[in-house]
Amino acid sequence: MRAVTPVITSLTLSLLCATVLGRPAAAETTTLRMAWYSDGNEGEVMADLLKRFHEQNKDIEVVLDQVPYKAVNENLPVQLASGQGPDIARVVDMGGLSRFALDMRPFLKDPGYWETNFGPFLEWMRPAGDTQAIPGFMTQLTVTGPFVNKTLFEQAGVAMPGGKSTWEDWAKAVKEVAGKVQAPFPLAVDRSGHRFYALAMSQGTKVFGANGEPDVVDDGFKRAAQLVYDWHKSGVMSKELWGSVSGTAYRGANDEFKNAQVVMYLSGSWQIAQFAKTVDNAFDWVAVPNPCGPGGCSSMPGGAALMAFKTTQHPKEVARVMDYLASEPVLAEFCARSLFVPGHLGLTKKGIDYPTASPEAAAALKIFTASAGQVSPLAYRTQGYVNSRIIFNAVISRLGQAVSGETTLEDAEKRITADVAQQIAERNKK
Amino acid sequence: MSDAPTAARPQPGMAAGALARVAVLPVGLALRVLDPPMRWLQRAIGVRRMAYVFLLPNFAFFGLFVFLPIGINIVFSVTGGTALFPSERPYVGAEQFAYLFDCGSYLDPSSCREDHFWRGVANTTKFVVFQVTAMVLFSLITALVLNMKIRGRGFFRAVYFFPVLLSPVVVALIWKWILQRDGLLNAAITTLGGQKILFFVDPGWAMFWAVFVSVWAHMGFYTLILLAGLQAIPADLYEAAEMDATPRWRVLTRITLPLLWPNMIVVIVLALIKGAQTFDEVFVLTGGGPGTATLMVVQYIYETGFASQVQNFGLAAAASVVLGLVLFVLTLLQFAAARRKEI
Repeated sequence: MRAVTPVITSLTLSLLCATVLGRPAAAETTTLRMAWYSDGNEGEVMADLLKRFHEQNKDIEVVLDQVPYKAVNENLPVQLASGQGPDIARVVDMGGLSRFALDMRPFLKDPGYWETNFGPFLEWMRPAGDTQAIPGFMTQLTVTGPFVNKTLFEQAGVAMPGGKSTWEDWAKAVKEVAGKVQAPFPLAVDRSGHRFYALAMSQGTKVFGANGEPDVVDDGFKRAAQLVYDWHKSGVMSKELWGSVSGTAYRGANDEFKNAQVVMYLSGSWQIAQFAKTVDNAFDWVAVPNPCGPGGCSSMPGGAALMAFKTTQHPKEVARVMDYLASEPVLAEFCARSLFVPGHLGLTKKGIDYPTASPEAAAALKIFTASAGQVSPLAYRTQGYVNSRIIFNAVISRLGQAVSGETTLEDAEKRITADVAQQIAERNKK
Repeated sequence: MSDAPTAARPQPGMAAGALARVAVLPVGLALRVLDPPMRWLQRAIGVRRMAYVFLLPNFAFFGLFVFLPIGINIVFSVTGGTALFPSERPYVGAEQFAYLFDCGSYLDPSSCREDHFWRGVANTTKFVVFQVTAMVLFSLITALVLNMKIRGRGFFRAVYFFPVLLSPVVVALIWKWILQRDGLLNAAITTLGGQKILFFVDPGWAMFWAVFVSVWAHMGFYTLILLAGLQAIPADLYEAAEMDATPRWRVLTRITLPLLWPNMIVVIVLALIKGAQTFDEVFVLTGGGPGTATLMVVQYIYETGFASQVQNFGLAAAASVVLGLVLFVLTLLQFAAARRKEI
């Protein structure tokens, strides 16, 4: 034992020396954290781009924390409020998180490039009253729109409604198809306020009153709510999405669509990559233009942005990463590989090639890109409104209650107005 | 045959002993290090006060992780706004409580300003009534059966206890898989020629399965308590009853149940407390739906404080205080029941 002790001691000391003295110059590397959620393969693409960035910039390492979408919506605001959040995150509630946003202008290589290419979307990320800040860029521009199972239409021998068809035309057609092929979901609409507003915009809702404040329940809104309510009563929509959960819970029909149980699925452009992969050759699917109504055919814009936060300890390094990722060639590659519609005016003008896209995905991208050009200014204003998600959440929560038969539609509409007013008042309490 | 003496062979017991000695080595070392200061402290404050010194770490832990959060929660309940730090939140007094309790009739949630809270209260009450009744009944029956001399008794005792070891989320996901549109149960129903039932779309079915799954998952724990109570009943009472040829039903109602009553009280109160706190299983299973048919109070608190767009910590904290008071009363009941059992 006595003979062993000096050996152990010297080994331990050597190990300690090796650990302390032999460390690489790690102190010079700045580590940044990026919170990221994925719908398709975009997480893999981003990881690849960040790896390439690190090869070119050895002094900055970005750790990509891949988290669920729910975590970005629910946990991130609390993390940021407590000062413990990531340096950068991919978010959808840009307005809600704008109070935590970092204005990167002093650190960016060329703020003019950002203004020129991301100008209209920067408003979505700026705190109320701020017209100058540059907090991030859009990783993708999304538009809501329907996907249709073409094979089910063919099997049923029903003709698909044309380009300017109304919601009623589609409802009638998908009901007929579902009846003939025994599909349980004639029309599926994501349980999401954003998707509801794609319908509401086409029904002519104005969202805001004359004073610029939200006036949610107007005639257009009531028409849209009545349609959703009636479709559930008549079996065009199944209660399994809107009626089976409570509160603001999101519920999609991705699994049902890929299992050929849905004839028409109102979702959006971010699903293209996923359907291209999961549906593959099981059946033919197509994206179709947003159906029309008395208010037009506009869909709802949206998207995800990569935002930098002011709680970061390394704003210069954050800006370098963002400059790299927002640069035209890198962003073009990101969108091409992820099958995303770019939220970059220069790229929109030039157009993007999607070499990896399947014929279905390429056709869908074409449809959604065309839809993006027809989005109404009101739809853009609604998306950019700082309290838009308060409205969206109140709508799904209360409309869900009406759909499940718990309340009347009139009661639900009264509650929506009250909920929106109460939550905005709470947010404004200082 | 080897000529070596058997004493020289390594014995399994010796190896274990050596291992144990190595394992307790750090403890012995720590005690040696602590001994002088503890002796000094005992001389300084006296033997009687040393009890507090030993209790101090536990008090500190309890204070930090139980009393401090309760205090912070109460502070949040009298503040408003969306700021996270109490110092940045405006004081609003009892405004959050007034908002919660602003009702036309407490029996009609739709007449309340914060109707979701009252729907949560009504659902939780309904859930607790059905769940506790079913839990006590089935735990009792199971304990009585498992106390009998049946073949494979040990195996069945383990089987009934096994779900208790599972995570509530896992339990809910398994049952969701069984109950969904294309789940196992509907496959069985259609195989037998029936129509698929959408269990999570009908409020009655959703509440039924919420209660069922909860009873399935937790029954083993309560069965164990009752089984321990049954085994503590003196055997000579049953022998005397057998000699008197007392009918089985009479043995059950006159000997078993009265002597098991203290354990039953503990089971009832524990199940009540657990039922009032229900969240994870039901949340994963039904999401609180359809509509708000299975929305429980704890889910309301979670959604108000964290999942809604405006994270209304003040209102969520006020609802937590109300729930905390109810749980406090139930805990007092449990203490009273436990004391009665000791007497």
